[in-house]
Amino acid sequence: MTWALWESYMLPGVWITVQVTVYSAALAAAVAFVVGVARTSRLWIVRFLSGAYFEIFRGASALVFMFWLFFALPLALGWQLVPMWAGVLALGLTYGAYGSEVVRGALAAVSPAQREAGIALSFTRWQRLRRIELPQAWPEMVPPFNNLAIELLKGTALVSVISVADMTFAANLIRFTTNDSAPIYTLLLLMYFVLAFAITRGMRLVERKAKAGIGQAPPPRRGLFAGLSRRTSATDPVTGAATPGGAR
Amino acid sequence: MSADTIHKNPTADGRELIRFDKVTKRFGDHVVLDQLEFDVSAGKHVTLIGPSGSGKTTILRLLMTLLKPDEGTISVDGDYLTHQEKGDRLVPAGEKHVREVRKKIGMVFQQFNLFPNMKVLRNVTEAPIHVLGMGKEEAEQRARELLEMVGLTEHLDKYPSQLSGGQQQRVAIARALAMRPQVLLLDEVTSALDPELVAGVLDVLRDIAHTTDITMLCVTHEMNFARDISDEVLMFNEGKVIESGPPEKIFNDPDHERTREFLGAIL
Amino acid sequence: MNWNWEVVSDFMPRFWDGVLLTLQALVLGSLLAFTLGLVWAIAQRSARAWIRVPVTAVTEFVRNTPLLVQLFFLFYVVPEWGPSMSPLATGVIGLGLHYSTYTAEVYRAGIDGVPRGQWEAATALSLPPTRTWGAVILPQAIRRVVPVLGNYVIAMLKDSPLIAIIGALEMLGEARAYGAETFRFLEPITVVGIAFIVIAYPASLLIRALERRLVR
Repeated sequence: MTWALWESYMLPGVWITVQVTVYSAALAAAVAFVVGVARTSRLWIVRFLSGAYFEIFRGASALVFMFWLFFALPLALGWQLVPMWAGVLALGLTYGAYGSEVVRGALAAVSPAQREAGIALSFTRWQRLRRIELPQAWPEMVPPFNNLAIELLKGTALVSVISVADMTFAANLIRFTTNDSAPIYTLLLLMYFVLAFAITRGMRLVERKAKAGIGQAPPPRRGLFAGLSRRTSATDPVTGAATPGGAR
Repeated sequence: MSADTIHKNPTADGRELIRFDKVTKRFGDHVVLDQLEFDVSAGKHVTLIGPSGSGKTTILRLLMTLLKPDEGTISVDGDYLTHQEKGDRLVPAGEKHVREVRKKIGMVFQQFNLFPNMKVLRNVTEAPIHVLGMGKEEAEQRARELLEMVGLTEHLDKYPSQLSGGQQQRVAIARALAMRPQVLLLDEVTSALDPELVAGVLDVLRDIAHTTDITMLCVTHEMNFARDISDEVLMFNEGKVIESGPPEKIFNDPDHERTREFLGAIL
Repeated sequence: MNWNWEVVSDFMPRFWDGVLLTLQALVLGSLLAFTLGLVWAIAQRSARAWIRVPVTAVTEFVRNTPLLVQLFFLFYVVPEWGPSMSPLATGVIGLGLHYSTYTAEVYRAGIDGVPRGQWEAATALSLPPTRTWGAVILPQAIRRVVPVLGNYVIAMLKDSPLIAIIGALEMLGEARAYGAETFRFLEPITVVGIAFIVIAYPASLLIRALERRLVR
């Protein structure tokens, strides 16, 4: 692998991966909050629709959905999504569904007494949500969001399959050119690992801030690699949502 | 402490502020309140006593609209709480009506229920600003006065988790009063506190009872406190008021056998 | 919309071939993930640092990097060193290895959940380590984590289309190949997409039912 190949393919690829991650994460976060809050609605139709969204996207495979957006949908609509946006849409909508479970779970974990105190002070439902329930639920959401963000970063490698020139796509191109597969893929894996590490460090800062914002001490760190992945037993593998005791 | 910081009731003339009219509340087959009738006059301090499960807390939760009555109506200051008059019929009230009527009521909970994500001062100012539409400066000014009244001036910048139970409960009292309610509901406000912290909270409430004309409706097991502040004590049993009267009468010379038993068991 | 049912029926035989391969990959991948995960979990509890530290490092690395890139690595790099493998074998190893790093965490949590007194009782009875693990700790730990493991089977199902990219024609691979031959993508990919939801939803209901029975 030469510097020229590195410069002309890999560096832009890193930038594309970062962009896809950031855009998909933003879309996923928006979907997660809207759908997650909708799933706690008093209106059954809102609960039903948002619940259906969650179940469908939880069952769907992100890659199949991306293929569908890229290959099938243009045939139905007559126009083509830009590949990168097909990827962002598929990742954002899928991981948003997982995120909605995190939001719903964290809201459900806010003590009912807090809701009652809000009612007693005559807050509207929306005010209770915005001023009392979401701020208290937020610190609980950060660790599972971290897990989801890393899953999302890993998921961005899929966009290479629909010809978006991300890091993985660049690595494949370089392999075609040089046939030097071992160093290229080793380096690629390391680069993803470094990005995952950066996300985790960032999220730990967010978590510390969130906890301090409600007068709690940050959680203690443990072990050599503890900083990287905070996945624990009580975490739903598919959604990353906290599920105390493993049951839901 | 000045009485002005708390709602000054212009017509504390003994009119009915709270009225329960044939209120029934069931949980499944269990009838908690059975055609309950009672009223509380403006400015009075009324204490509900009775064995647990007799429906005292249900009354407070109905007033807080955390529960809805199965039958009957509740009025607050002449307005129906959970109903609206439509022509000559009563229909269930919309959220907005309920909120308007409920603004006249403040509540202090057994478990304080302070908002852990807000510092002490903001716990007290949040609702006046966002529910009553009060300006930030005015709300903070009033909150400072109220927090001074409950003796917490040094703790404005702390989170609830950094305070003792007694301090948290005093913040909760200030928070309820900041809404200028006409009625203050007190639900077992000392029973979650360590014994040595009870006196401080009761002193604050006694002060408020003696120096203001706010109406109070308390559920408590602190009989000394009930005796000290109440104008009237209602004895509950199985969803009904079986006896009522001034505290001297109820505590010293109750008419009802069940009341004697109950007082004998807890005093 | 130009949906054509004839295309669907034309695609169906290949769809079923794809389902078969998906299930093969899923079953074999799950078995590998469950077994390897247990090995990692026990190794991570080892008192010997030279076992514990590298195993922890490798599982963290594998879990935090994309399965797709790992598949490329297995498919293009490993044959340079040893025998080349079929796409399906590569896919099974890739899925199994990747998900073993998740199941390791699940087992670890299950093992952590076994009360301390059980370890102490085993020590008091002087049970050898193999009996302590095999007869006391693991039976209690695994029972509690079966539903969580089940969730990973569903997650693996949703990642199984990745093996199409290295040439194993599971459901998505069949759909893509069919589309490339006939220029009809809408129907086959839609069928495959629906198939995933149709398989995954009842499976997740089943796991929730299992959770209620086993975890308490």
